[in-house]
Amino acid sequence: MSNYLDGNAAAGALSELFAVDLTAAIAQCNGCGNTTVFAESRVYVDAPGTVARCAGCDTVLLRVVTTPTNTYLDLRGLTYLRVPNS
Amino acid sequence: MGIVSPGFTGRRGGGKDLPPGQYLTHEFPVLSAGPTPHILTDHWEFTVTTETGEKYKWDWAALMALPAEEITKDIHCVTRWSKLQTTWKGVSLDTLLADVETGADFAMAHSYGGYTTNLPLDDLLDGQSWIAYEYDGEPLDPEHGGPARLLVPHLYFWKSAKWVRGLVLSDTEDLGFWETAGYHEYGDPWKEQRYAGD
Ligand SMILES: [Zn+2]
Repeated sequence: MSNYLDGNAAAGALSELFAVDLTAAIAQCNGCGNTTVFAESRVYVDAPGTVARCAGCDTVLLRVVTTPTNTYLDLRGLTYLRVPNS
Repeated sequence: MGIVSPGFTGRRGGGKDLPPGQYLTHEFPVLSAGPTPHILTDHWEFTVTTETGEKYKWDWAALMALPAEEITKDIHCVTRWSKLQTTWKGVSLDTLLADVETGADFAMAHSYGGYTTNLPLDDLLDGQSWIAYEYDGEPLDPEHGGPARLLVPHLYFWKSAKWVRGLVLSDTEDLGFWETAGYHEYGDPWKEQRYAGD
């Protein structure tokens, strides 16, 4: 049994931060260069924060931690996010 | 099915077993921020690296050859569950670090799978932490950090790194996986040090 969900599971946490729907964005992994739609990443939510990992190499793409006063966003595992202009 | 009692049901009475903001569970919830590593004991190794770069290594047989302790402790997860009187078997960090020459003040625990968490070295000594390889009389399940995890029960449980593979000792305090993302650098459940600045 897997212990992760797909990238859509991060939609709620990310919608607090971004005006666009990032689950439809194209993401490049900083670990292996894999370039896919963010919704295909593996998201771990049974944890102190939300963690999205590359489906190819398990590199942490993104972390979101919401505290009572702040939201922390770590994107260091992403080379880029590509979002279509609306 | 989860059996969760909100608020106090501490078995030693008075509710003094539960730190502020915690609830009691009889389950053992599995938290994971990544895939579960499956490390064979044949391949397991534990390395302590000092601030001068000196390395001390133990394989599984060497760990098993060290005196083990039976440990009964309450554990407290920052996600607000606490579990009382959990029983473990493991080797005290006092034993592992006895012959390690260091003047370092801080340690970074590193795990198989890439997880890290930072602790003051003093919090790993004086009977406060173990490398635990049995839980409740059974070999530690990979879901719970087996074959061996760090056990530092006086701090929030994210400090008790699952799948531990080493400690890097340092004169300076660096921050680990959750500590760089908003969690408290120390994490004392009795002071409710959940988040940075608490
Ligand atoms: Zn990757």
